[in-house]
Amino acid sequence: MIPPETTSKESDAKMSTAEGRSEQTDATPDRAALGARQGKGHSVLVKDLHAYYGQVHAVKGIDINFSPGEVTAIIGPSGCGKSTMVRCINRMHEEIPGARSEGEVKLDTLDVYDAGVDITAVRRLIGMVFQKPNPFPTMSIFDNVAAGLRLTGSRGDNLRERVHKALRAVGLWGEVKNRLSSAGGGLSGGQQQRLCIARTIAVEPEVILMDEPCSALDPVATLKVEELIDELKQRYTIVIVTHNMQQAGRVADSTVFMLDGEVIEHAPTEKLFTTPDDERTERYVTGKFG
Amino acid sequence: MSTGASPLLPHVSGRRRRTDKIMRGLLAAATVIALIPLVLIIYYLLYKGLKAWSGSFFSTDPNGNFFGDPGGVRSAIFGTLEIVGLATLISIPIGIAVALYLTEYGKDHWFASVVRYFVDVMTGVPSIVFGLFIYIVLVVSHTGGSGFAGWKGALALALLMLPIVIRSAEVVLLLVPNSLREAALALGAPRWRVVWRVVLPTARPGLITGSLLAVARGMGETAPLLFTVSLAFGLTGNLNSQMNTLPVQIFTDITNPRNVIVTRAWGAALTLVALVLILNLVARLIARRSRMA
Repeated sequence: MIPPETTSKESDAKMSTAEGRSEQTDATPDRAALGARQGKGHSVLVKDLHAYYGQVHAVKGIDINFSPGEVTAIIGPSGCGKSTMVRCINRMHEEIPGARSEGEVKLDTLDVYDAGVDITAVRRLIGMVFQKPNPFPTMSIFDNVAAGLRLTGSRGDNLRERVHKALRAVGLWGEVKNRLSSAGGGLSGGQQQRLCIARTIAVEPEVILMDEPCSALDPVATLKVEELIDELKQRYTIVIVTHNMQQAGRVADSTVFMLDGEVIEHAPTEKLFTTPDDERTERYVTGKFG
Repeated sequence: MSTGASPLLPHVSGRRRRTDKIMRGLLAAATVIALIPLVLIIYYLLYKGLKAWSGSFFSTDPNGNFFGDPGGVRSAIFGTLEIVGLATLISIPIGIAVALYLTEYGKDHWFASVVRYFVDVMTGVPSIVFGLFIYIVLVVSHTGGSGFAGWKGALALALLMLPIVIRSAEVVLLLVPNSLREAALALGAPRWRVVWRVVLPTARPGLITGSLLAVARGMGETAPLLFTVSLAFGLTGNLNSQMNTLPVQIFTDITNPRNVIVTRAWGAALTLVALVLILNLVARLIARRSRMA
């Protein structure tokens, strides 16, 4: 359904197997072939995006270019449309009754909102981590990570291996390897959130959207997730919505400041926090309003 | 500690204390009054019904003899189980499917609202109306080559159980957190798989409890069966014939002049209550078990 992506997806799958603890012997040539792409990821281009909830105009014409292989943080006061904008990227916004959006979202050259595009394929390519950890309560730890693969019907033959690899990638392997069949809901909040990230990356997306992934976590768990984000950006383009400006400062390469459904400023993180161009940005990052 | 009331922490006045006591007393009294008929029913059922219970009560069929041993209720127990079983097989899959449509697909669509409204209306329809409906449509017309028949009674019961199943299933499905649906959809799962692998398993304990309550309700209904299954004496597995059922046997036995037969009615009533009780216990057990998993 999406010719340019399907090919790179396949190769990406091979690449990540190569990057795992390399159980596969035929991994080396792939790694070489993909070396050029490694650390590059895919770009996401948002153009003149409007989003509505019924009559409420939540996002008012936004243009953002998310650079490949970078972590971009979205900051701004509550209700400024950060989450809505992010949910438009993988077309989750339209799941809310009465919600709709207009404008363009492009993954590299692929139009996410094209009428011929399979919406499930879009969501497989653009994964999402939510504010509250939401592991499936009826499933074991293993099944939670495998859920993405099973739910998309792409279980393949090396399910076990892919689940183990995703758990290693989020640093959860050591903590759960002896209780893979116990309930996912029995983990601590931070572990649950990393489980959810493992579930997301097991599907091997190209882009990961994170909607305030640490707001329900304590500082130690937050630190772990941030370290994880730092590692993940080697392979994925990451967009993270956060209320915590220190967090944006720690993890993001560039930062977007939003206000009232509009982008006020998009700049490299350090510049945005130290010498912003817009006066409103400065007032916000120095805590004078919002 | 001092007797003088401080302006910051004034003492509770004697009047308020008294009002509080009286109101608590009234609530307790209302609870006791509500419990009296319940306790009496159970007492009478046990007192009168246990006398009828015996080995032959459960192992013989009513024989219709005017003198001597009137027989037991075996055919009635099996008839009830067969008819209610068939009604369950019809109403529960359809009921859960309708509830899934309402919560996962229809949502606020006008058609879903219409369905919801009619389900509410159907919940309030007296059970005898379902019996009459099936009587007119299927019994009078001798559909299937028989007049009164077990499967027709099962249909009437299924109609009665359907709105109960739909309503309880809808409530339970709405309790499944939306965040789980979103998590699954965001992984790229098609909606039917989200429903099948996430929504239904999460709601399973509640769906089972709700369904079994509907089954218990159907088990005790007499009116829909009177017009559709009628009465028989013998044990039969043929759902296309007249059958014996516990509610209808109670109904006919209790008006009989013979004391033995009236006692049999009490025994049958106790049996019916016991069946419903067992079903409820099973429902709770299943619900608790799948919550653990």
